[in-house]
Amino acid sequence: MSTRIALRSVALTYLGVLVVVPLAMIFYRTFEDGFVAFFESVTTPAAISAISLSLTIVAIVVPLNVVFGLVTALALARGNFPGKGLLQAVVDLPFAVSPVIVGVALILFWGNDGWLGGAFPVIFSLPGMVLATVFVTLPFVVREVEPVLREIGTEQEEAASTLGASRWQTFWRITLPAIRVGVGYGVVLTVARSLGEFGALTVVAGGVAGESQTLTLLVHARYIDDHNTFGAYSAATVLMGLALVTLVLMTLLERRREA
Amino acid sequence: MITVTNVSKRFGDFTALDDVSLEVPDGSLTALLGPSGSGKSTLLRIIGGLEFADSGSVVIHGEDVTGVVPQKRGIGFVFQHYAAFKHMTVHDNVGFGLKIRKTPKERIDERVNELLKIVGLGGFAKRYPSQLSGGQRQRMALARALAVEPRVLLLDEPFGALDAKVRAELREWLRRLHEEVHVTTLLVTHDQEEALSIADNIAVMDNAHIEQVGGPRELYDRPANSFVMGFLGPVAQVDDTLVRPHDISLLSRPEGDAREAQVTRVSHLGFEVRVELQLGDGQPVFAQLTRTEAAQLELSAGDIVWLALTGDRDARLVSEDDRLDAVA
Repeated sequence: MSTRIALRSVALTYLGVLVVVPLAMIFYRTFEDGFVAFFESVTTPAAISAISLSLTIVAIVVPLNVVFGLVTALALARGNFPGKGLLQAVVDLPFAVSPVIVGVALILFWGNDGWLGGAFPVIFSLPGMVLATVFVTLPFVVREVEPVLREIGTEQEEAASTLGASRWQTFWRITLPAIRVGVGYGVVLTVARSLGEFGALTVVAGGVAGESQTLTLLVHARYIDDHNTFGAYSAATVLMGLALVTLVLMTLLERRREA
Repeated sequence: MITVTNVSKRFGDFTALDDVSLEVPDGSLTALLGPSGSGKSTLLRIIGGLEFADSGSVVIHGEDVTGVVPQKRGIGFVFQHYAAFKHMTVHDNVGFGLKIRKTPKERIDERVNELLKIVGLGGFAKRYPSQLSGGQRQRMALARALAVEPRVLLLDEPFGALDAKVRAELREWLRRLHEEVHVTTLLVTHDQEEALSIADNIAVMDNAHIEQVGGPRELYDRPANSFVMGFLGPVAQVDDTLVRPHDISLLSRPEGDAREAQVTRVSHLGFEVRVELQLGDGQPVFAQLTRTEAAQLELSAGDIVWLALTGDRDARLVSEDDRLDAVA
């Protein structure tokens, strides 16, 4: 009994010191001078532009990676094709490679001196930021959905086919509802990671305030370049708030569907 | 009628079916009986279109469906683990095939209610599969398969995941349902009692082949080989003769060509008595007696008795190989 309490205390202290207290301090500093100061700090033109840019990136990246993730997870869980092992490994690559390297690689490929000789205006603009974010968030949906697909097996899908359902009907009516929880978690993680992406963006995004500065880049710029610590805390709080909203929305959606 | 002709199927190095042919008569309830790995489920899945044969053909009601997708075969398929659509109510599960066929809602409701009544799930339409017992789920799966009015009904170990009591109930229930609905039914099972009790026609499979096809009585009384004999019931061996243990009678004195044997053990198993014996040459044998017969002989371990083979001569086989040992 006492060991159990001791173990719990250790776990809670660990979480507290490493996660809760630092985040709570940002929160505290943000609202130290009242809500009005916070509101003004996060509604400057640069801040509004950063928020909308971050949300735009999320809005493009999530559908792309959900579609890619579902197709890949289906291929990995159900398919049997040469190169399957390679695909398994490649899907995990973004976890293994530092985002900074992703940024550099994108410049090497798309940049003015790169392979494509700057034929497309990718670097320092939205397409480059989307590409970088797609890359770093690639594994989430695949890795959440694949084990669920394996667990549900193929019997329900086979049953649907014997009842006359086409592959497409089976996917929409049987497979997708069965894996929706996995897709949901994949989306939450993709959103959170997209909002939080920093390393690759410092390389491929111009970081110009009002144009190519995301929320994470804004936090960094305010803190390091402008020595505007309060502004940095406020922007950080908005960032955390957005991630939290995603999580809550997803949980609510899930509850409503189950009911 | 389902006609399977010269079907072979391999999975890598494993031969699941080797040149198998089978006819399932119209309106029959046919069982595919065999041990696991004998190829019976693969054969059923090939008939259902869930697997495709490497060679050979499948004809359902005169139509060659060898390369046809399951959607277009006019079959109903029931799986061992129910394959219930977990996110749908019982009503929506049963109505799924009709909905896919764009049947009007009123017609679906009507048909679903009718089927739920037939399978004894009248009040369960609004429940989810997780709120049903195993037996209820399987009855729902049967209703779902029947809803689209299939030409043939294919059942893959339908009662295999249920406990013994429910299994026996559902067997009886399926038998009665088949008498009412009369759709040509093919059922896969590894349980010889199940096959003997509900099927009117049985195909015994072993090792990628069909060993024998016939009625329950025919298979039991006239087994084609020692595998069929051993798979359908207990077998005793006296010298090189394989015989049903209830076709051995024990006498208290020598008579005709009866053989001397010593009783090693007597077990009372309710309505029957199982007597283990040892022949003069040390070979062990066992016999099944009725309680009356055993009472008259007053047997106990150590007694000397005389053993005679009775019953139908055609029900006996001469042991041709050692396959029986693998079964027993």
